Amino acid sequence: MEDLQNDDVLIEDKSTLDVRMQRRSFLRYAGAGAAGIGLLAAASCKKHNDDVSATIDVGSGDIGVLNYAYALEQLEAAFYTQVVATPFTGITSAELTAFTEIRDHEILHRELFKAALGTSAIPALSVNFSSINFADRASVTGAAKAFEDTGVSAYNGAGYLLTNPTYLTLAGKIVSVEARHAAFIRDLISYNSFADSTVVNNTTALDLSRKPSEVLPIVAVYLNTSISANQLP
Amino acid sequence: MNIFSIIEELEKVDPELNDRFSPRRDAIKSLTSYGSKVALAALPFALGSLFNKAYGQTTVGDVTGTLNFALKLEYLEAAFYNTALNTPGLIPAADLAAFQTIAAHENAHVTFLKGVLGANAVAQTSQGTAGVYDWTAGNTLPNYFVTKDYNTFLVVANAFEDTGVRAYKGQAPNIIGNQIVLTAALNIHSVEARHAAHIRTIRRKINGTALPKSWITGANDTGSTAINANFAGEDNLIQAGIDLTTLTNPLTGAKFSSSIVTEAFDEPLTYNQILPLVTPFGVK
Repeated sequence: MEDLQNDDVLIEDKSTLDVRMQRRSFLRYAGAGAAGIGLLAAASCKKHNDDVSATIDVGSGDIGVLNYAYALEQLEAAFYTQVVATPFTGITSAELTAFTEIRDHEILHRELFKAALGTSAIPALSVNFSSINFADRASVTGAAKAFEDTGVSAYNGAGYLLTNPTYLTLAGKIVSVEARHAAFIRDLISYNSFADSTVVNNTTALDLSRKPSEVLPIVAVYLNTSISANQLP
Repeated sequence: MNIFSIIEELEKVDPELNDRFSPRRDAIKSLTSYGSKVALAALPFALGSLFNKAYGQTTVGDVTGTLNFALKLEYLEAAFYNTALNTPGLIPAADLAAFQTIAAHENAHVTFLKGVLGANAVAQTSQGTAGVYDWTAGNTLPNYFVTKDYNTFLVVANAFEDTGVRAYKGQAPNIIGNQIVLTAALNIHSVEARHAAHIRTIRRKINGTALPKSWITGANDTGSTAINANFAGEDNLIQAGIDLTTLTNPLTGAKFSSSIVTEAFDEPLTYNQILPLVTPFGVK
């Protein structure tokens, strides 16, 4: 409830912006502590009637799929930003170079989606990496593997939802790079595991694909922001 | 997985679809009446043959043509790796497991695509000379299998995998919206990308350098000009109408370099662009 009220405060303060921008501001300033509580007290008498949920829905149709991808890229970019900012113990210079490149690939993916989506873009997400020990090689590479494999399965599972061939091709251009990242990181963890049977089916040799409703619970542990894709199949 | 949404979408563009399918649509309904007991993996096979029987087309731009094109490329890759595994002394022990994995995947892709295409699958013996390829690509490459030239073999593997990724990517719009077939194609596409990344990793180890990276930098970063054409256009800087080198990386405050821009996106090739790259080996 406190979150909802905080959100309302910001809507009051910036009434000319659309709801998504307010929530973005909310996310940026959430946790501001005493200042937020003060604002809450001052504005509580002007509470909006419409109940603004703290959950961000990616939307429907092609825009929904692109926002879903944008959400995942935000998560990956934030993760690798932290990996490079606080490298794990024993990282080699070659590994740091590779993680820096991967970071920049993911930031670029994020920035492209943000620019392409324009006013349709969901806000910046608040991430929570408290489950990852960034000082520990196994923790970081394990999380990286999970992000990349999940990302590949997410793009694979959502591709058919796109109706615009340009968007489909764009998603295709990105997913194969995510698969390259996945293979690289898997080989770091265990050489020759680039396409092992945990991701590639032994019989059909097909990679995994997952629905948004399967992916979002996997990534929820890394997010303070709640995301839904209720308008996607 | 809603296979009826595909049929309904097709009905929008093809009012006679029901007539084409009849009585097969009922057969499909019977199939799904098995409910969740029907393995999802079995559905593409059933649907694939349904589409083939309904349309029976052979040109690219339709499901059958697209999948047969993919099958021809998988035949090539499977034969390439099978030949390598049957050439003692070519692959060092350290890399044997990787190529066994990759070969198994390519052979499984062949089996999968043949299953989807059913009677409409092109025969392997239609490729090359009675199914035998020219691994020198018309004497443009040394005969690495005969000389057990692992480095050249790796260059060709590098080219095949990166080109395979480009081929699947280029075909995706031809099967847009097709939940079963497009998703399967995407699931193969990302496996080829995993292969490509690993072969590049092997090459780094052999070279003893940081190159080639597991992702493609610029046009042709493989160090072999013989495969320049396979990487044509990979140096594209523009995505969604935006020159990405004009964007600022908010973290660093600097513009994204052309290296990062080209690495972050793999580029597609069309059927007509792929064909000249593989016909010298015998793909028809």
